Parts: sequence; C-alpha cells; structure tokens
Amino acid sequence: MAGHAATTDTAAISVRGLHKSFGPLAVLKGVDLEVARGEVVCVVGPSGSGKSTLLRCVNLLEEPTAGTVRVAGVEVTHPDCDIDGVRRRIGMVFQSFNLFGHLSVLQNVMIAQRRVLRRPAAVARRIARENLDRVGLAEKADAYPAQLSGGQQQRAAIARSLAMNPELMLFDEPTSALDPELVGEVLAVMRSLADEGMTMMVVTHEMGFAREVADRVAFMDGGAIVESGPPAAVLGSPRQARTREFLHRVLQQ
Amino acid sequence: MAGYLVFAAVLAGVALGADWGRLADAFFRPDIAAELFPEIITVALVNTLLFTGLAFAFGLVLGMALALMRLSSILPYRWFAIGYIELFRGLPSLLVLFMVGFGVPLAFPEAQIVGGVYGAVSFGLGLCAAAYMAETLRAGIQAVPKGQLEAARSLGMSHARAMVSIILPQAFRIVIPPLTNEFIMLTKDTSLAYVLGVTASSIEVTKFAGDALNRTVNATPLVVAGFVYLLITLPLSQLVQRLERRGNRRK
Ligand SMILES: Nc1ncnc2c1ncn2[C@@H]1O[C@H](COP(=O)(O)OP(=O)(O)OP(=O)(O)O)[C@@H](O)[C@H]1O
Ligand SMILES: [Mg+2]
Repeated sequence: MAGHAATTDTAAISVRGLHKSFGPLAVLKGVDLEVARGEVVCVVGPSGSGKSTLLRCVNLLEEPTAGTVRVAGVEVTHPDCDIDGVRRRIGMVFQSFNLFGHLSVLQNVMIAQRRVLRRPAAVARRIARENLDRVGLAEKADAYPAQLSGGQQQRAAIARSLAMNPELMLFDEPTSALDPELVGEVLAVMRSLADEGMTMMVVTHEMGFAREVADRVAFMDGGAIVESGPPAAVLGSPRQARTREFLHRVLQQ
Repeated sequence: MAGYLVFAAVLAGVALGADWGRLADAFFRPDIAAELFPEIITVALVNTLLFTGLAFAFGLVLGMALALMRLSSILPYRWFAIGYIELFRGLPSLLVLFMVGFGVPLAFPEAQIVGGVYGAVSFGLGLCAAAYMAETLRAGIQAVPKGQLEAARSLGMSHARAMVSIILPQAFRIVIPPLTNEFIMLTKDTSLAYVLGVTASSIEVTKFAGDALNRTVNATPLVVAGFVYLLITLPLSQLVQRLERRGNRRK
C-alpha cells in the first residue's frame, strides 16, 4: 500500500472531525467516532440527521469535505489511499439490498470473489455456498433476485459481503425496506454475526436490536453525535433532552 | 361512422374500376419474378445483411465509446461526444457515404479503406448509426439504478470493472429493443450502398432490383425486393414488440 501511515491503534474505525457538505448544505458538522475491533455500534437518530452520510464516508462512497477517516489503520481520506483495496475489507449492506439483478444469487455472491479477489471459480463457488448456507439461503442459490422476498434478498446481500471475508461490516438501515414480518430473519442473521465477533457499524431504527445487540449506541442529531454510550444508558436513561425527545417519539409508534 | 362508409365506398370503387390484368402485368409477372431467383437471395440479400451487420457492429463499438465519453467526468471527453452526436445526427447518411467514398480519397489519395466497398459502406453508415446508438446506450446505462454501482464499488471493484461486470450487462438488456430498431433502420440505409459503386458480387437488394427494373422495364423486381426487405424487418419488429411487452410485464 502506497505511502500512507499505518498506525498501531486497534480501532477498526476511527473518525476524526468529519465534515461533509452537499453544496451549501452542511450535513456532517464535526463527527468523532471510534469503533473498536469486535465492537457493535448502532447509530440512531432522526431522519436527515446524517447517519447514512456518516456510514458512507467510512468506505468513501461519499467524499468527506474535511476531517480524517481511518479504517483498520489505513487513512482512507489520504489522497494516495488505494480505496478499492480498503473497500474489499469492508462489507456494506444497503437499505435497498442492491443485489445484481442480472445474476443469480450464487453468482451475486461469487462475482466479487472472482473479479476482485481473483479466487478460482471452484473456490469462489464453495465459499459462496458456505455463506448462503450461513444466512439460510442454500436452496435459493440458483434463483434470481427478483424471485426472492425482501428478507431473502437482504440475507443474500449479507452473504455477498461475507464471502469477501470482511474485517468489518457497515449496515445502513438493513430492515427499513422490509415488510414487518420479514425483519426478524434479517436481524437474526445480524445477531449471529455479532455473536461471532464481527465488527459492525449499524444505522438502524430497530431499538430492540440496538438495546440487545449493540455494545454502544451513538445518537445523532443535526449532523453531530449528541450522545454515545452503552445501550442501557443512552436508550434507558438518556442525558440529553434531544435524545429523550427522539426516543419518546419512536417508542410511541 | 360516415367516414368509414366513404372509405368503404372509395375502396369498392377502386376495386371495381381497376384493371387487374394490367396491374398484375406491371407489378407482378411470375416469369420476371422467377428470373430474380436465386441471386436476389444468395447474393443480394446476403450482401444487404453483410453491409448491415458490419455497419451495426462498427456503430455499436463506436457508440459505446461515445456513450462512456458522454458520461465521463472528464469534460473534454464529454464535449467531444456531444459534438460528435449532434453532428452525425444532423447529417444525411448519403452525404456521409459520399464523404467516405469520394471526399476522403480525394483528400488522401494514398489512404485506402480496408474491405473495399464493404468497408466504406459499413464505415460510413456506422459513423451515423454510432450517434444514435450512443444516445440509446447512455440512456440504458443511466437507467441502471445507482445502487448497483455503489454495491459493486463497495465490494472493491474499480469503476471500470463495475461497469463491465455489473452496469453494462444490465444496460444492454434495457436497450435491446431500441438497438433492434436501429438495426432495422440500418438495413434500409444499406440501399444507399450503390452510390459507392457496388459490383456484381457486392450488390445488395435495392441496386439488384433497380438493375432488373432497367433490364425488364417492369416493376416486378421492386415488389419482390420489397418482400425481401420485409423478410428481415418483420421478424425483427415482432421481436422488439415481444421484448417490450416482456419488459413492461417485468416492471
Ligand atoms: N447526494 C446528496 N446530495 C445532496 N444532499 C444529500 C445527499 N445525500 C444526502 N443528502 C442530504 O443530507 C442530509 C442527511 O442525509 P442522510 O441520508 O445522511 O440522513 P439519514 O440520517 O440517513 O436519514 P434517514 O433516516 O432518512 O435515512 C439530508 O438532508 C439529505 O437530503
Ligand atoms: Mg439514511
């Protein structure tokens, strides 16, 4: 890797003084966040507070306006950073699944293994099947995305990320596009990932999941992290008035 | 309703008043029609398909390059693509063929187009077709949801790899119907090939029929040529309709 400082710190993600504007609209206004290896951090907050933008700055799907982002010791905001090299170590799961529509489920899970990691077809196929099995989709390997339910599509998308052996996973509201009865199956897969020690940064509106699975919850509002700590503290007895208001609103629904 | 009655009355008048014998003599004499075979198929139709196929292939490659330039973040590429598309959409194919066949050789006598008249015709028609195909392909690429590129990039694919493996295959499916229409248009445009001096072996359907017309002083060859074109274009336009119906159902 070219000329950027690798550090010895153990943080999986380290965000410092992160600012992001879209033209005149300032969306992130100085965000600091650390995610340790093996830690599960849930980011919660009202719509438009900048949660997705923060997550997308971690793998540079959005270019930060100012500040630094380090992932596994590599400064991704450094101009010389080999971003494709870093991204293959970061799994990302989207609200809208984004499975490749022209490929079968098995091919979806194989293609980046083949084209990015250059694994031989037989190896990629074996790893793909293992990961489909892991998310409970072994028998859907030959189906096309359009033939799957939303929950199945999202589990296939998780398998696609896992097949790359990522060091950490980013989730952007993975269950928000699902019918209520399909949310559970996706959360179950995420919960088992957390149990296996995967480092996870999860933007979610599922307060139950955050309370039970997260090591830490960060509450965002107006482009900044307002409050962060163990779920019992942030969700149980929030210190900030804005956090209380938000929780009051979501728990009423 | 009154309109239909008038229309029916006119049709009936034409049918009754027409001299069917003379019409058949002018437009369909079986002996003249028979004389056209098998060359109108084995030579003329084959050449028409060859001109069309070569022009389509060249136009598709150039059109794809232009579409990618049109979508590039590099401004001069974009300008070039826009300039090219606007220019060649505005020029008659015949003018471009004259330019390729006579204008360029006059300016550069040493230069020779590979493939003789096949090369010149498919190059000239392909230059024009590329402008239309570029716009079609651009629209197809833009119709692939943005999330597909983001998912591909987040797996570590480079932009080029994501384009080749993820975006373009899906874009192509979207543009198959309009590209088939483009193929039909090109088939008809190959009738202009004669201006570059096709020979007995490179003759295509329209020139073949025109020569026969001069020889026989009868319109039968034109009618037969028309049916030969329909042989190509009707199945294709049926295919487009089927694909479009299927596309609509999938949405
Ligand atoms: N590409 C973009 N261009 C312009 N504005 C953007 C862009 N992406 C996000 N925004 C704006 O940035 C703000 C924060 O968006 P973001 O998606 O990060 O919010 P969020 O907290 O994820 O909200 P939600 O819960 O609705 O997903 C919003 O006002 C949004 O309109
Ligand atoms: Mg969001």
